[in-house]
Amino acid sequence: MSWLSKVRNSLSSLNKRDTPDNLWIKCPSCGEMLFTQEFEANLSVCPRCEHHGRITAKTRFEQILDAGFTVLPTPEVEENPLNFRDTKKYSDRLKAARAANPYPDALTNASGTIEGYKAVLGVQDFKFMGGSMGMAVGEAFVAGVEKAIAQKCAYIICTAAGGARMQEGILSLMQMPKTTVATRRLAAAGLPYIVILTDPTTGGVTASYAMLGDVQIAEPGALIGFAGQRVIQDTIREKLPDGFQRAEYLHDHGMVDMVVHRKNLKGTLAQLLGYLERKEAQ
Amino acid sequence: MKSYLDFEKPIAELDTRVAELRATQDGSSDIDIEAEIAKLAAKSEAMLSSTYGKLTPWQKTQVARHPLRPHFVDYVEMAFTDFVPLGGDRLYGEDCAILGGFARLNGQRVMLIGHEKGHDTASRVKHNFGMAKPEGYRKAIRLMEMASKFGLPVVTLVDTAGAFPGIEAEERGQAEAIARSTEACLALGVPMVAAIVGEGGSGGAVAIAAANKVLMLEHSVYSVISPEGASSILWRTPEKAADAATAMKVTAQDLLELEVIDGIVEEPLGGAHRDPAQTAKALAAAIEKELAKLSKLDAEALVRQREERFLAIGSL
Repeated sequence: MSWLSKVRNSLSSLNKRDTPDNLWIKCPSCGEMLFTQEFEANLSVCPRCEHHGRITAKTRFEQILDAGFTVLPTPEVEENPLNFRDTKKYSDRLKAARAANPYPDALTNASGTIEGYKAVLGVQDFKFMGGSMGMAVGEAFVAGVEKAIAQKCAYIICTAAGGARMQEGILSLMQMPKTTVATRRLAAAGLPYIVILTDPTTGGVTASYAMLGDVQIAEPGALIGFAGQRVIQDTIREKLPDGFQRAEYLHDHGMVDMVVHRKNLKGTLAQLLGYLERKEAQ
Repeated sequence: MKSYLDFEKPIAELDTRVAELRATQDGSSDIDIEAEIAKLAAKSEAMLSSTYGKLTPWQKTQVARHPLRPHFVDYVEMAFTDFVPLGGDRLYGEDCAILGGFARLNGQRVMLIGHEKGHDTASRVKHNFGMAKPEGYRKAIRLMEMASKFGLPVVTLVDTAGAFPGIEAEERGQAEAIARSTEACLALGVPMVAAIVGEGGSGGAVAIAAANKVLMLEHSVYSVISPEGASSILWRTPEKAADAATAMKVTAQDLLELEVIDGIVEEPLGGAHRDPAQTAKALAAAIEKELAKLSKLDAEALVRQREERFLAIGSL
């Protein structure tokens, strides 16, 4: 029994409803009750099972970039171009997502340094409409790459998305070639492109910029794939193998270079940039 | 053999009646019966014209998936000549969901690549219903790169419900294969024209459609997810597919308005399956026209035009 379980058990007389919601969190993987502060101090990784929790863009910037980074403005795009409505209006969904998140859409860039190496870091936030890729994400990706080209530095992206943003229909699909134009331009400028696949990265995001990195890193246990597991199961009607579409499975199948624990992520990026950064840019 | 869609029922009934009358006619020329046949046939055609003049997005989806709709192999026969099929990705295998090879379009040499769905049970299984695996996209990449090397324009015919969702496809890097195929389109130093001839299903379609010019047949559809998929995810019921098709704007007409495609190729009255030869002729002419315009651009200009085309989508 871990010390945390002991603490939890000693407090079992407490009525759980009396504790504030955010004081304890339950690890979604092993079910362990974790003291939020400790969990966050551990980079939102469960100390018992090493499950890597989903984190916000802001937290990710703080974990990877040196202090003093600049969050870049999110480019504006036409809002709700199809005037889409399912059970709710898309514009209302956007409003709700904006009210609950610090940044205006699912992909935000910051410019800064990683152990002294210049970089632009883009982070997709799963909390913003499942990180889904619409025109705002595509445009932000392009803007992040352009900033990296202007600064002659690497572009690093932390991906997290259920896929394309269906509420933007075909326009979301068109972000696949659009973002690929950007990765090509970065390559033409001779600058590094590093992808960090985080939980979950699926659909059109995986099938475009998330798989085009010079170096592909995945966080432990992250779900990474093209098709959704339910879709696959409905198609083939077989049980999926253990660990299917997890980071380690992709590593075993040659789809990523490495699976890196969050505590080693910043150091790994600095190490890679040391090899990839162009001499004249130093 | 004719095959009618649900919404074509009144037309089917008229056609059946005409066929019955013809059978009773039995060589003799009864003036009254002939007049009746002519009347019914005219009525059927008028109904076909009015039905197809106002197809809903969901109806168009069904026309685009019609089992008798012409597919890649039909266009190879009717729109091109001298086809030389080329197989394999040189990495894993031969995926018959995507076919490709050298072909001539009105004499002009092109690299022709496209999805093939198959037309009966055996061929559908062989072609995996047009749902390609990574090796299909990697074959497309190989052929596109060869086309670029030898200066052949690339023509793609898109017709897929989507890339194959299966264990082995994921294991072999379906996402990476699609991403690299899209990238290969964008890198081409030769003209590329893509035509959505049936279903343009999501990433599996865009992987061979990131072209200089994108055309669509009049009743084809192109979307980020199938209407059924969107219905079950967004409405949490499989029954809202028709609403999803409308909301997502999947038709050629919608996409032209959104400036996602560059032109629409008209289909014969009642859809491509009612006259495949006529459809193929119109398609060939439209592709030829686009290639002629693009032939004036050099490699650098072609790449730039393609880049600007996609960068503009979603930019204010």
